[in-house]
Amino acid sequence: MSLSPEQLGALIDNVTADIIAHADELTALDSAIGDADHGINMKRGAEAVRAEREALTVKPVSDALKAIGTRLVMTVGGASGPLYGTLALSLAKEWPGNAFPEALGKATDAVAARGKSNIGQKTMLDVLYPLVAALKSGTPVAEIPAVADRAAEATIPVKATRGRASFLGDRSIGHMDPGARSVALIATAIVRTLGDKS
Amino acid sequence: MTRNVGIVIVSHSPLVAEGAADMVRQMVGDEVPLAWCGGDPSGGLGTSVQAIMDAIERAWSDKGVAILVDLGGAETNSEMAAEMLGSPRSEKVVVCNAPIVEGAIMAATEASGGASLAEVRATAQELSPG
Repeated sequence: MSLSPEQLGALIDNVTADIIAHADELTALDSAIGDADHGINMKRGAEAVRAEREALTVKPVSDALKAIGTRLVMTVGGASGPLYGTLALSLAKEWPGNAFPEALGKATDAVAARGKSNIGQKTMLDVLYPLVAALKSGTPVAEIPAVADRAAEATIPVKATRGRASFLGDRSIGHMDPGARSVALIATAIVRTLGDKS
Repeated sequence: MTRNVGIVIVSHSPLVAEGAADMVRQMVGDEVPLAWCGGDPSGGLGTSVQAIMDAIERAWSDKGVAILVDLGGAETNSEMAAEMLGSPRSEKVVVCNAPIVEGAIMAATEASGGASLAEVRATAQELSPG
């Protein structure tokens, strides 16, 4: 898998733009069941990645992902920093030797290990694992955003058992998980940018 | 090289981290390398991997460093910071599953007697239910 500098640049532009545009929404979701910082933190990470755009686009994809992951770990601040950072760092490691669905699967396992969490606990994993399953089963790329959105919406009735929202117990029911929402946003931005080339 | 395990306190709030460190210092004086950090990379409530790595450096002991944290992100970021130190130093850093203030005081008291990293961690974690 290789991306041209133009494709990588467009990916960075579109993913960070969507995160920044939805920062208030993510923070609002997080204020319902968490500590109201997810949008703020993700926006800070997006801006930090954006600031390095020129240096990132000339790198091979795996080096760019490694640099992005490190940047997210260092700048995001909340638990989402190490979690998204681990996703990017792990993809950087796994993608060169694996097809993308397998690489994303391994990277998602690494996120689960980092967060000591698993699917069904109202976290970002509830979107990542369905995406991995859809990609592995050959779902057309154009349908991936819908898969992500459905998976994010499916977190609404779930009771959180991991992360800050788990402190709320039953009161976490009825709200979409902000991490699930941000994964869906990113997946949609990637598909929009790369289309069937992804 | 210091002879005792170091203690790092990581809170979302710099005020909490500093206050807990003050209490530890009152208990153990300068017997234990001690550092704290709090706040996200922009200075808001949260934690920063870079700040945690810096705190580990300040409290470094070849016997190891025990980290006490408050909430979720502090734990995840502390584990990440420990890993980013790289081997073999990352193997000498543990994040304790214990209440931050009581855990820090118990861990530091244990450390001041020359206990190993495993003993320091176990003492702190005796405070955790389950």
